[in-house]
Amino acid sequence: MAESVLTTLHKHHGDDAILQTASYVGDEMALVERAHLLSVMQTLRDTPSLAFNMLTDLTVVDWLGQDPRFEVVYHLYSLAHKHRLRVKVGVPEGEGECWIDSVSGLWWAANWSEREAYDLYGIDFRGHPDLRRILMYEEFVGHPLRKDYPQNGRQPLIRRPDAVPTDDQTTRLLTHSHDRSVR
Amino acid sequence: MANDNQGFVPTVLQDAINWAQKYSLFTYPFATACCAMEFMSTMGPRYDIARFGAEFPRFSPRQADLLIVIGTITERQAPVLRRVYDQMPDPKWVMAFGVCASTGGFYQNYTVTPGADQVIPVDVYVPGCPPRPEQVLDGLMALQNRIQEHRGHVQVEIGNTAAIGYTDRRRLPVMQDGTSMALTEDERMPRGGRTI
Ligand code: SF4
Repeated sequence: MAESVLTTLHKHHGDDAILQTASYVGDEMALVERAHLLSVMQTLRDTPSLAFNMLTDLTVVDWLGQDPRFEVVYHLYSLAHKHRLRVKVGVPEGEGECWIDSVSGLWWAANWSEREAYDLYGIDFRGHPDLRRILMYEEFVGHPLRKDYPQNGRQPLIRRPDAVPTDDQTTRLLTHSHDRSVR
Repeated sequence: MANDNQGFVPTVLQDAINWAQKYSLFTYPFATACCAMEFMSTMGPRYDIARFGAEFPRFSPRQADLLIVIGTITERQAPVLRRVYDQMPDPKWVMAFGVCASTGGFYQNYTVTPGADQVIPVDVYVPGCPPRPEQVLDGLMALQNRIQEHRGHVQVEIGNTAAIGYTDRRRLPVMQDGTSMALTEDERMPRGGRTI
């Protein structure tokens, strides 16, 4: 079973679509070319011997400084055959280049995961029915889980007029002018 | 006793009012995170916050006079907290329950407001992650002392909310000087995303 997932996949798609595969202690991975993602995913879902009918997770890795910078990772599971597969797709960062096809037409579960990935990493999922921010607010600028986003890059919606600036927590405690002694 | 310049009767009357107030704090638990578990424990029979007259959580801020901010306040939620606070009738008090509500705690990142006092005035800070119920009761008793001694609020805002023009970019688009804090079309997030 373990080998056959990747073997079956290789039968359907050539080396232009499947760039690389790996199998380590039953942990299968396939690196897929971005242009072929949808057809590969379709194969994975609809081939009876594969039958990956569940997308358990969709996430992104930011390899800042490498090319391609982003790696979108899909975790697939087959309820029928009880096997798993990890599919990775490289996505470059450039303006207009940072896109990938949405798989929400294949697995409805991808809908919110892709919105989350868009929100936090700024990857444009083409063909997504409703690509809006899901965790951060609409006014937020930038994508906070990118490695070049400043760690304390708060974008407050609201502050008291006399709130102490809070770039650095240590400074805040030292300069806090309010009387905190209650007794 | 603060009111030295008053006569005996008003002073005693004020003391009586303060006494009545401090033992009838109706709480509004603004519970957002793990600290709420400890709040439940504080409310429960073992620690029994009812012994201090604060046993009655009101789930409408309009009927409460002690806002207990329990747990992590995210930047996205901060306008909601402000709105809840604004709906409470005076006299109202605020307790920051746990380090998240006090300073943001260990969440020093883009998403968590570094303390509820960034948004609303706070009277008591109860440290701990989460604080033990004893600490919460201690904080409550400190607040009761404050009320009894008529010392007023720890942090006071200048003017009321409507007058100070606080920075809420969503709900108060026009500031006092007529400038708009609302985001322009350019500043809004474009559909395809944008880096800073
Ligand atoms: S202070 Fe600790 S226990 Fe309380 S909400 Fe924050 S992380 Fe949770």
